[in-house]
Amino acid sequence: MSRDINVKKLKKNAFRQSKVRGEAASRVRCPGGEIDVESLQRVVDIAKQYGKGMVNITNRQGFEIPGIDLDDMEEVNKALQLIIENRGINQEKYNGGYPASGTRNVVACPGKSLCPFGCYDTKAFAQEVDKAIFPNDHHVKIAFTGCSNDCAHTRLNDFGIIGQTEPQYDPARCIGCEQCVKYCKKRSVGALKVVNGKIERDTNKCVGCGVCVNYCPTRAWTRSKEEYFRVVLLGRTGKKNPRMAEDFMKWADHDTVIKIICNVYAYLDEYLDKEAVESKEHIGYIVDRTGFEEFLKYIMKDVDPNPKCEIQGRIYWGGKRYDQTNELRQSMFRFSERED
Amino acid sequence: MGYQLSKQNFGEVLGKLGETYRLFAPVLKKGEGRFKDTDVVRYDFVTNPDEIELEKKSDYAFKEFMLPISETLFFFTEDQVKEADIDEKDVLVFLRSCDMHAVKRLDYIYLENGKEQDWFYKRLREKVKFVLIGCADTFEDCFCVDMGSNRTEDGYVFSVDVIDGEFCCDVPDADMAKVFAECKAVETEVTPRFVTENEVHVDIPESIPIGIYGSDVWDEYSARCVNCGRCNIVCPTCTCYTMQDVFYTDNGKVGERRRVAASCMIDGYTNVAGGGQYRRTNGERMRFKVLHKIQDFKSRAGFNMCVGCGRCDMVCPEYISFSACINKVADAVRKEADDE
Repeated sequence: MSRDINVKKLKKNAFRQSKVRGEAASRVRCPGGEIDVESLQRVVDIAKQYGKGMVNITNRQGFEIPGIDLDDMEEVNKALQLIIENRGINQEKYNGGYPASGTRNVVACPGKSLCPFGCYDTKAFAQEVDKAIFPNDHHVKIAFTGCSNDCAHTRLNDFGIIGQTEPQYDPARCIGCEQCVKYCKKRSVGALKVVNGKIERDTNKCVGCGVCVNYCPTRAWTRSKEEYFRVVLLGRTGKKNPRMAEDFMKWADHDTVIKIICNVYAYLDEYLDKEAVESKEHIGYIVDRTGFEEFLKYIMKDVDPNPKCEIQGRIYWGGKRYDQTNELRQSMFRFSERED
Repeated sequence: MGYQLSKQNFGEVLGKLGETYRLFAPVLKKGEGRFKDTDVVRYDFVTNPDEIELEKKSDYAFKEFMLPISETLFFFTEDQVKEADIDEKDVLVFLRSCDMHAVKRLDYIYLENGKEQDWFYKRLREKVKFVLIGCADTFEDCFCVDMGSNRTEDGYVFSVDVIDGEFCCDVPDADMAKVFAECKAVETEVTPRFVTENEVHVDIPESIPIGIYGSDVWDEYSARCVNCGRCNIVCPTCTCYTMQDVFYTDNGKVGERRRVAASCMIDGYTNVAGGGQYRRTNGERMRFKVLHKIQDFKSRAGFNMCVGCGRCDMVCPEYISFSACINKVADAVRKEADDE
């Protein structure tokens, strides 16, 4: 029997086209990298019944169930319904599976739910953003991480959200043990010093990681009631110009973050290359064409940043330009030909 | 004389007492723990019963009134010295039975040990009267029964036990009793609650031979302990301090002398001129601390320093248990005796 399959539709429905003809892989969306055991069991059941008894754990914290016969996609979509509901994913058609795959799973480290350094509820924020932006076909990558360690590798995303706390200092509770100074230096940026037995914080240097709070034995250091975020923009991997995301905002509040993320879609509607292969290009390449000013105009539309929020007016990105040179920086040599 | 009264009437009692006294009590500080969204119970001044944490054991000890974590003792300029002022009002300190026993230790160190009394301790100590918080049940790490600090018969002006929402107070102090009577408190027989059984037991050897000094019982602490000193800071019986002479930066002829809490676990405690350091490893520091609490202090004072409140166990980030260490010492002592 000859197969007549709309591959574009299949991809949009969150199936990945396999190199094995007649097969696809089902991609399970888990915003915030979180899954309940009932859904996890369903992933197992689908892999057993329709797949090959194996599951891929994806780089973006989802699951991918390979080896699905193209004829079974409809049944798989029905089986996915429980997961979609349990995970609270926006859907267009009951039993229809995922309505889009362009905007990627929103990644989060475990954050405050588990990690001693987590500055906010990363998973909840990721899920909130997923609710606000999904389904959407535009290729957008967003990740949330609890602190400046950036365990979620947000700097490889279009939007990286890094938690910050503003350390609060009560000199009356400080014994000058200098553990905050020591650990800030060893585990963070060295923003603290001792002056006359008490601690001075370089407010410009401080990244808001909260290490001082964690190591203070007296509760002289505590966390700010307010949660703040560093926003980094337009990092990416890829063939042409892989690069780290650069700082855009620090000490931003929750509402500012969610608004600028939502605003990016109008920019993409306007400026995405109509000839782009599979309607997909990293946002950064579009910004290269339009200029950062235009991008800024779109993402800051109707945004009223909190007073403490500092914003970078102009951003320059680095990374290697493979479209310009593939040379190694030092003169090339082969290990076998080296001189002793 | 005992009284039973509603929370509202108890609030009235505190309101009336507030005219004469400042109230120093355990307070649940929301979000002021080490980690995001974790709380800490530490002492602060309060005005009404809602502010007082009567359920949980405080993480930090009551001693912070008489031995402030950081206290300016006096100011100096050229040939003049002036003692720092203190609030002249008397203070009611709310504490539990184990803490009442700790008061005896603090008094011994600062008022009875040696020829001179500590003037700065004494002037604060003379302002204090105690309010006993009853213990309905043992807390997780308590070993007060084995340390003999579970019961307190006297030394308090009134006690507080909340039973089914009613405040039950034993009021041995006649002046206090008048205040209770004025606030519609019903006279009844009240005995402060105290625990008679802990989950944790310690077996303190009657005498600890000098051989324990070289025992391998301390070795594990060199590897496990991170010398953060939290155990000392939260301990109701730790009394060590260090001095900070501060010269003001705008005019170096003027300054102040502070004393701040010190910890025998934290780096620098045994530093001496010439770069010497008596106890370098954390195992050595643990040995000093433990033996001081269960033997050395007793050989001078006639009673053990440790009161078995278990706060050091609660606060230790490395799950080092003081009570477990006591029992390891007991095992080592027994083993040494058997070997001989």
